[in-house]
Amino acid sequence: MKPIIRVKNLSKHYQIGRQKEAYGTLRESLIRAARAPFDRVKRVWSNATDGLDPRENGNGIWALRDVSFEVYPGEVLGIIGRNGAGKSTLLKILSRITDPTTGQVDLYGRVGSLLEVGTGFHPELTGRENIYLNGAILGMGRREISRKINEIVDFAGVEQFLDTPVKHYSSGMHLRLAFAVAAHMESDVLVVDEVLAVGDASFQEKCLGKIGDVTKSGRTVLFVSHNEGIVRHLCTRCILISGGKIALDGDPAAAYALYRRNRDETTFSSAHRRHDTGHVHILDARLMVDGESVSDVESGEQLDIVFEFEVHSAVPCAPAILIRDENGAPVIFSWLASELGGPGCPPPGRYRNSYRLDLPKLATGSYSIDMMLAQVGIGFHHYLEESLVFRVHSAVHAETGWNFQQSYGFGRILVNASKLYGPQHVDINNAEN
Amino acid sequence: MFEAQIELTTTSPVNDTANIRVTQANRLPDDPVLVIRPSRGWSAIDFPEMWRYKELLYFLTWRDVAVRYKQTVLGAAWAVLQPLATMVIFTLLFGRLAKIPSDGVPYPIFAYAGLLPWMFFSNAVTNSGNSLVGSQNLITKIYFPRMFIPMAAIGAGLVDFAIAASVLGCLMVYYGIQLTWSFLLVPLLVIQTTALATGVGLLLSALNVKYRDVRYVVPFALQFWMFASPVIYPISFVPEEYRSLVLLNPLSGLIDGYRAALFGNPLDPKSLLISAMLTLLVLVVSLYSFRRMERQFADVV
Repeated sequence: MKPIIRVKNLSKHYQIGRQKEAYGTLRESLIRAARAPFDRVKRVWSNATDGLDPRENGNGIWALRDVSFEVYPGEVLGIIGRNGAGKSTLLKILSRITDPTTGQVDLYGRVGSLLEVGTGFHPELTGRENIYLNGAILGMGRREISRKINEIVDFAGVEQFLDTPVKHYSSGMHLRLAFAVAAHMESDVLVVDEVLAVGDASFQEKCLGKIGDVTKSGRTVLFVSHNEGIVRHLCTRCILISGGKIALDGDPAAAYALYRRNRDETTFSSAHRRHDTGHVHILDARLMVDGESVSDVESGEQLDIVFEFEVHSAVPCAPAILIRDENGAPVIFSWLASELGGPGCPPPGRYRNSYRLDLPKLATGSYSIDMMLAQVGIGFHHYLEESLVFRVHSAVHAETGWNFQQSYGFGRILVNASKLYGPQHVDINNAEN
Repeated sequence: MFEAQIELTTTSPVNDTANIRVTQANRLPDDPVLVIRPSRGWSAIDFPEMWRYKELLYFLTWRDVAVRYKQTVLGAAWAVLQPLATMVIFTLLFGRLAKIPSDGVPYPIFAYAGLLPWMFFSNAVTNSGNSLVGSQNLITKIYFPRMFIPMAAIGAGLVDFAIAASVLGCLMVYYGIQLTWSFLLVPLLVIQTTALATGVGLLLSALNVKYRDVRYVVPFALQFWMFASPVIYPISFVPEEYRSLVLLNPLSGLIDGYRAALFGNPLDPKSLLISAMLTLLVLVVSLYSFRRMERQFADVV
């Protein structure tokens, strides 16, 4: 089976900061000063044309390092990894936006990229004009666009606003129109970079639907997303990129397992200290799932919390946590226990406790945890605000498939309901029923 | 491109990882359609690719023009007002007060005929110089021949030029200037001016991406360039000793050529030839330099 894309030893180096010359002797400095104008011109020219040779320059990062893989026609390939791992850089190189530093990519088909939706839209132009402009930018000819314009307008649902300037569109309409144009790009390979991160639920559904159509029609798709649910649903193969290198190339489930294992442990922060009586202190805390330290959990997954504390003088206090949402609003409170244990409060020393949290299904998004050692009716002996941060993903209501995100404004906790009775027929005439 | 024979599988759950989802039985070309490789040194100018994207150049130019006119109250009038107003000032200052000679035609139309190509050149160069930096979002998100962005700015300048040229026609009627055969030279001169503006504009726009102070140097440099060009005065006004210096400016032969062609004055083949050769040189150097600097745009802009 011949690949449609072959990536060989691809690397990309970015310059950071300026290159400074080390100072030498006075003689060298004088000579350098005399030569300065010529050197500067030479440097300006080489800077403008080639950039500095990465091997000479110590201040730089390798966004991609020796990446090799092949993509076969018809595959739906998911590219995952932490922010800054190199995913977007890889896509930029595949889309010819930036040159690789070393390595090579062989393309056996046309690549269409969706790195951002609505590129080139101008607010003063009308919807129709922007469709043509955006389409042309994406490589479509005038006739092609004319052929597809009805489909595009239909998909976007902006028919009545087609001749008004785009600056009057709502953000939703804007997005829909932009995606509609991009979705009708004809190419052998479609490269999509987290376009689905923007937009409301219905927009995301439409995007997904369209991408699903593309995959069903047999075209090859490269898909970068942070949304595990979507990637697992659409992709047949996953590449995990970590630190600019490929960590795993294969089954999506395996890739995500490795992704989670490699994630940074949540760093405990005692920076925001609201109360401190000095008797007891929380030293460190970690979230665990199945015995492994995590910072990202699936909605509804069982979460354990481990914390270390130090007792200077024993006082009756109980550990508790307050979970806040991404806006800092309190969502969940839990008394981890009624006492630190031992029983009561253990004698002065350092200890570690672990508790299992019975978390409900939380909405997708980030949360922070306030940790405290409190005495009911008295106050707090130690209170650390936002000492831990974690993310929840994949909050999906199984029956309807609805994606539950904090940003939707429908609260933070998904609660199940079970039917007691119904549908029970109600007779309109006989009101007593 | 290759023929795609799509055979859809009947029921294939999207998640089925056991089946390799090859539902296309297409024949891939033997050679890669495109090879992406680090570029070093000088790159060739990819004419076939530019031809493939040619509609985009039209759309980008059209966008620049449409946007300009949608936003202004004066609209197309601005294209005419600029040279007209300048012509009036020049006539008063240089024609009347300083009494600069004007090659046998009334000074106002002499000035206007020189201002027309100059303003086209000056505005085109300024706008294309800033065009790349102003299109950051395009350059960093989509691939297409980057040259089209400054070229579109120059195309938009041509539209203004055409509008202002219509006024020139009225002026010629007003002053009773007869057209001669040399008028046929004008379209060639327009092409040459466009080529020169493209050359300078491309180079400036590429430099501006990496060295942002270019945009501040350009207006100043253009002012100086105007005085060094025969806009206000004819080349014949320049003393013999300095004339060769003036001819080093590619615009010299060009602007004087416009006037000679329009008013039926004798043409100066030497100045025209020098101007044409310099234009060609600038264009070629600029095209290759742009291609070379192009690689860094997305990283640096």
